[in-house]
Amino acid sequence: MSSIWVIVGYGFREAVRRKMFAVVIVLTIGFLFLFWLANHFVFRDVTTITVPSDVHVDTRTFAGAFLVGLAMFATLFLGVVLAVFLTLGTVTGDAERGLLQPLVARPIGRSTLLVARFLGAGAVCTAYVLVVYFAGIIITGTAGHWYPDQIVWPGLELAGGVLVVTALSLLGSVVLSSTANGIAIFMLFGAGLVAGLLGSIGHALNSHTIKHAATIASWALPFEALYQDGLRMITENASGLTGFLLQLGPFGGAYVHGWPIRLWSVAYALLVGGLALVSFARKDL
Amino acid sequence: MRLGIVLGAAVHRGIPLRRDDVALPARDLVGAALGLLRCGALHVAARHSGSVPDALVVRNLAKRYGSVHALRGVDLEVGEGELVGLLGPNGAGKSTLVKIAVGLVRPSGGDAQVAGARAGTRAARAHLGYLAEMFRFPGWYTADEVLELHQRLAGSRGGEPERRRLLELVALSEAARRRVDGMSKGMQQRLGVAQSLVGERLLMLDEPTSALDPVGRRTVRLLLEELRGRGVSVLLNSHLLSEIELVCDRVAILLGGEVVAAGSPHELSRPRGVELETDEGARRIEGATREDAPRLVAEAVASGRKVYGVRVLTSTLEDVYLEAVGGETS
Repeated sequence: MSSIWVIVGYGFREAVRRKMFAVVIVLTIGFLFLFWLANHFVFRDVTTITVPSDVHVDTRTFAGAFLVGLAMFATLFLGVVLAVFLTLGTVTGDAERGLLQPLVARPIGRSTLLVARFLGAGAVCTAYVLVVYFAGIIITGTAGHWYPDQIVWPGLELAGGVLVVTALSLLGSVVLSSTANGIAIFMLFGAGLVAGLLGSIGHALNSHTIKHAATIASWALPFEALYQDGLRMITENASGLTGFLLQLGPFGGAYVHGWPIRLWSVAYALLVGGLALVSFARKDL
Repeated sequence: MRLGIVLGAAVHRGIPLRRDDVALPARDLVGAALGLLRCGALHVAARHSGSVPDALVVRNLAKRYGSVHALRGVDLEVGEGELVGLLGPNGAGKSTLVKIAVGLVRPSGGDAQVAGARAGTRAARAHLGYLAEMFRFPGWYTADEVLELHQRLAGSRGGEPERRRLLELVALSEAARRRVDGMSKGMQQRLGVAQSLVGERLLMLDEPTSALDPVGRRTVRLLLEELRGRGVSVLLNSHLLSEIELVCDRVAILLGGEVVAAGSPHELSRPRGVELETDEGARRIEGATREDAPRLVAEAVASGRKVYGVRVLTSTLEDVYLEAVGGETS
């Protein structure tokens, strides 16, 4: 059991000492500064918007939800970038560079190694996503005095989404080279986002075909469904025209949501992890 | 007497003793001698009874990569404390054999056992130290941190004294706090050798001197000789014939995934005649052996020649190797 923590520590140190981590931190600081700037101007100007008397829209809720939704998208994107770059070369890439063989030759077991690398990368990504998510919430809260209806769950679901991507990237690292794996995971991520947007459009147009396709995509790529569910929860109490407009997106509704998708995401990550373990156990290095 | 037996066991296992340790009364010296004999006798008895397994036993080992046969029924043994060299052209299957023994590659057929445990299992890997042909350590680790990581993974309790000793063995004492990315390739190679020595059991060294300059090679060669003195088993995969000839007890030559020659360097060498140096110059008598030398000298003297020297010629490992592989290279 102690060797798993040795590898977790190894992965953790690798994560925080890579130049890429510094790049993500700089990008994050830049994003948070711009996000604060956007909040400052949006909430300053939102008071000047005059809504027609017969249109009942809560402008502050609309602006706040839109901005937090934007922050959640950026957080998910940066978290996925971090997760992919931390894990894209865990097996094949590290084996090609000669980093893996000295570790695998030790009496620790391949499954221990892979689980530990997942835990190390997952811990870094989860901490990162939660910090950036809550920083976004605090910025919107202090600048516009608006807080989401649900604060904790959306953050946890966002972190869960990034963990699902981490598991996919680890599986990819067993069978693909680093570059191919990076490209594959980002294409999957992009496909998930597009499916989510299509889902919003499908519901707005009430297109059964598009809604069906988006639902299948949500179950096939549950990181997207978790993100959408997080978006849903930040305005779950919004009603009337405000709620309807928010549901139209792009940072609004979720049509696969709640405990079923959360449980499926856990099962999905375990399934992907299991596949990665079996593939790694059979791989010649 | 009991102290003597303990000291005897220590001497047998190669644990260095200080002068003060051996300044013993006669009774204890006798005990030490008995201890030494007892350990040796036990060791020999155990080897003969089969209770101490060979460090590495490979039987009919085969490996296929698609349609390519990397190994075709290889048999090989590395006994306790034995230093065995693997030779062969590129693509002969040397690295594949080592990788199967270490558990990096799964065999397609046959069996490999490390200290009695199936190769690739945790029990087998617990007995191994491995230096890969191509390896790297994370650039942000210091030499000391690399060794500490491998100590923890190997379950070694040697702590800081072991790390200091290993770095000293590979002449890296001054670089203990230096980061890997600030080291030359040769230094990283020596650090790799030190890493493989954590735990110090059966060593699998795949081209350990490939990136070293002559001084670095000499350091590793001296280290191997020291390890042999301590009874550490080593499987050495190298292209450097002179190195193998100098340090190995036995040699196996692989070609096309098969062992084409095996034995001690002495067993593999063949007589290549006798060279007589007389007042007429040097003359080589083909086919003559060491036993013929006195007669040849006597005949030369009897025929009025002045004999200045006589040399029995045997083939070098290089000759044996070239003969075995037929000049093949990949």
